[in-house]
Amino acid sequence: MAAHDHHRGFSLHVGKPGLIKGRTWPTHLGLWIAMLVILFPLLYAALISTQTNAEIFRFQLTPGTGLGKHFDQVWNDRALDRLMWNSLVQATIITVAKTVLSLLAGLAFVYFNFRGKWLVFFFVLITLMMPTEVMILALFRIVSDLGWKDTMAGLTVPFAASATGAFLFRQHFANLPRDLSEASQIDGASPLQFLFKILIPLSWNVIGALAVIQFVFVWNMYLWPVLIISDQDKQVVQVGLQGLQTLDTGLSFGPLMLAALMVSIPPAVVFLALQKPFMAGFALSADK
Amino acid sequence: MGIISSFLLAAAIGVLSFGYRTKREVALGLALGILGASVILAALDFCTFASDAESTEGVMGVGLAGAFAWMFGSGTKAILRKQEAAGLGSGEIRTGTFRLGWYWPWLLLLPTLVILVFFLYLPAYRTFTLSTKLTRLGAPRVGERCLSNFSELLVPSPAVVVALPLASIGLMWGIGLWHNRAEPGSFAHGFSGAIRPFGIVIFLFAIYYIFEDVDGGYRQIYFNTVIVSSAIVVVSMVAGLGLAYLTYGYVRGIMVYRTLLIWPYAISPPVAGILFFMMFNATGGIFAAVADNWFGFDFPDYARNATLARITIVLASVWKLLGYNLLFFLAGLQTVPREQIDAAAIDGANSFQRFRKVIMPALGPIAFFLLITNLTYSFFDIYGTIDFLTKGAPAGATSVAIYEIIRVGVDNGDLGRGAAQSVVLFLAVIALTAWQFKQSEGRISYGSA
Repeated sequence: MAAHDHHRGFSLHVGKPGLIKGRTWPTHLGLWIAMLVILFPLLYAALISTQTNAEIFRFQLTPGTGLGKHFDQVWNDRALDRLMWNSLVQATIITVAKTVLSLLAGLAFVYFNFRGKWLVFFFVLITLMMPTEVMILALFRIVSDLGWKDTMAGLTVPFAASATGAFLFRQHFANLPRDLSEASQIDGASPLQFLFKILIPLSWNVIGALAVIQFVFVWNMYLWPVLIISDQDKQVVQVGLQGLQTLDTGLSFGPLMLAALMVSIPPAVVFLALQKPFMAGFALSADK
Repeated sequence: MGIISSFLLAAAIGVLSFGYRTKREVALGLALGILGASVILAALDFCTFASDAESTEGVMGVGLAGAFAWMFGSGTKAILRKQEAAGLGSGEIRTGTFRLGWYWPWLLLLPTLVILVFFLYLPAYRTFTLSTKLTRLGAPRVGERCLSNFSELLVPSPAVVVALPLASIGLMWGIGLWHNRAEPGSFAHGFSGAIRPFGIVIFLFAIYYIFEDVDGGYRQIYFNTVIVSSAIVVVSMVAGLGLAYLTYGYVRGIMVYRTLLIWPYAISPPVAGILFFMMFNATGGIFAAVADNWFGFDFPDYARNATLARITIVLASVWKLLGYNLLFFLAGLQTVPREQIDAAAIDGANSFQRFRKVIMPALGPIAFFLLITNLTYSFFDIYGTIDFLTKGAPAGATSVAIYEIIRVGVDNGDLGRGAAQSVVLFLAVIALTAWQFKQSEGRISYGSA
C-alpha cells in the first residue's frame, strides 16, 4: 500500500523557476493569505499557551500571564522532559536499526547472486502492501506474549526492518559503477569491508534522507505506543499529551497548547536543518 | 468434501489467473492456487469445514479459497510483469558480484527477514485466525466463532452480500469495455468515458448496502470512513494543487514562503487534533468566541453535532496533509517544460486551457501517488487526530474503521470481533493495491522524472 514504484528524486530546485513578468504584488498577497491561514492554528496555539483559563474565556487577543506557570506544569509536574527523552531514544534506535538492516539487505540484493533471490525480493516487496495498522491487534498479542509490554524492545523491534529502506539502498547501489566492487574484490576485501569503506561513504545523502524521514515517522507514532505502553514512566511524547488534556483544575487549554507546540519542535528543527535531503528523499517516505 | 472441492477449485483458478501457455506456467499456477487456498483455510483453522459448521459457512470457505487462489495467481503475474517491465529479474545478473559461500547473502538478509516474518507476516496470518475466535484480551479461554464475526457485520441475506458487489463490478467492467471498444471521438466513447468515474461511486454504494444497518451496525462505520476519507483526499489534493500553483512562480523570498507552507507536514496527527480541538472548542475556542462576541450567535458544539465533528476532523487532516501535497505538486509542476507552456500560450491557449492540456497530464503520476498516500493517511494515521478531537463522538459519527477496530478490540477487549474488522479493512487495502497496480500498468506513464 505504499510507494513502491514512486522512488523518484523530487526536489524543489528541479527545473527552471517560472518567471512572473510584470506586477508581483498579487502573488505576494496570495502567498501571505495562504500563510496566515495555514499558520493560524499554530499562532493561535502559541497565544493560548500564554493565557490562563480566565484570560481565554475573556476572549483576550494579547499574550496572557500564564506561560511560566504552564511551562512548570508541563515540564516539571507532567514530566514532558522524560516523555521527550523516551521518544528520542525510540526514534534513535529505530532509525539506526533500520539504516543498518537496510544497508545490509541492499548489499545482499545488489552484490550477490543466489538461488531464490527473486523470491526473497518478492517476499520483501509484498510487505509494502501490509500496513501495520490492519494487523495491529494480532501484533499486540504477539509482542505481549514475548513479554515486551512496557519495554523499549516492544516499542522498537517490530519496526526495526524496512522494505522501503532496503529498496532505497538497493536502487542506490545498483546505480553505482560496478568497477568499485570488482576493485575491492581484487584487493581481497570482504563484503562488509566493502560496505564500510566504499559504499557508506558514497551513500551519506541517501542515509541522511532515510534517517530524517524515519525520525519524523517514529516521533509522530501514536497508535502503537498507546497499545503497548501503559506505564506512564515509559510512555512516549505523543501519547503523553493525553495526560495534559485535563489537569487538576479541569480543562487545561494553556498547558496543552504549550506542550503540543513543544512536542512539534524536534521534528520541525530536523525538517528545517535537513530540508534538502529531506525533500529529495521525500518521494520515498512511504510509511514504514 | 468441502476441503477437496476447495483445493480443486483453487488449483483451477490458480492456473486460469496465472497463465497456461507453458508447462512451467501451469505448474506455477497450480502451486500458487493451492498455496493461496491453504494459507486462507489454515489461517481460519479449517473452521468452515468443521463437522458443526453451517452449510453457508462451507460455501463461503470454498469461495474464500477460490478468491485467495485468484489473488495469489493474478498478483504474482502482475508483479512479475512489472519486474520485467522495469528491466529487473533475469537481467540482473551483473559483473562485480561477490563469489563467496552461499550463506553470505542469507546472513546479510537474515535480520530483515526475521523481523518481517515475525512482525508483519505472522501478525497478518494471526489476524485471520483471531477473526474466527471468541477471545478476550488477557483471557486464556478461546471459543470458536468461525465466520460469525463477519456475518454479523453484514446484512442477513447472503444473496444481497454476493450479488450487489458482483453486479457493480460487472457494471464497471462493462463500461470500461464499452469505452475501450468504442471509436475514439464518437459519442459512445465520450459518454462511456464520462460515466466511468461513477462506476466507483456505484461500487461504494453497493458495498454500503451489504453492511448491517441495525443500530450499531457496521454500515455507519463504513459510511464514516468513506465520507471522511474521500473528503480529506479531495480537499487536500485540490488545495495542495492550488497552493502549488500559487508558489510555483518566482517572486522574491519564494523559498521562505515555500518552507513555511510545507513544514506543518512535520507536525503529528495528534498535535493536529489538539490544535483543532482548541480552535473549535465550544467554550474556549476562537470560533465560539467570535460568533458569540461579534455576531451574537452560539457556535455549534462539535461534540454534539455530527456534521461539524466530521468537518473538524477533515479540516485538521487536510491542514496536516497540505504541506506534503504542496511539496509533491510543486515538484511535479517544475518538471513541466517551460517551453511547452509558452508554446501553448503562443498558440492562443488561455490559462485554463494551458492548465488542462499541458499541466494536468504531466501531473497525472504525482496526483495518483498522492491519492494513494492521502488515502493511507485518512485510513490509518487519522487515528491520532480523532483520538484527541472527538474520540468517535457524537454517537459514533466520527468513528472510522481503524478507530472502531481499536474500540472493539482493545477498549472492549473483544479481540475476535476487532480482528474480523481488521480483515475487512485488510481487504479494502488489498483492493486498493490491486487497483493501484492496474493503474500504474496501464494509462499512466512515469516519464523520466
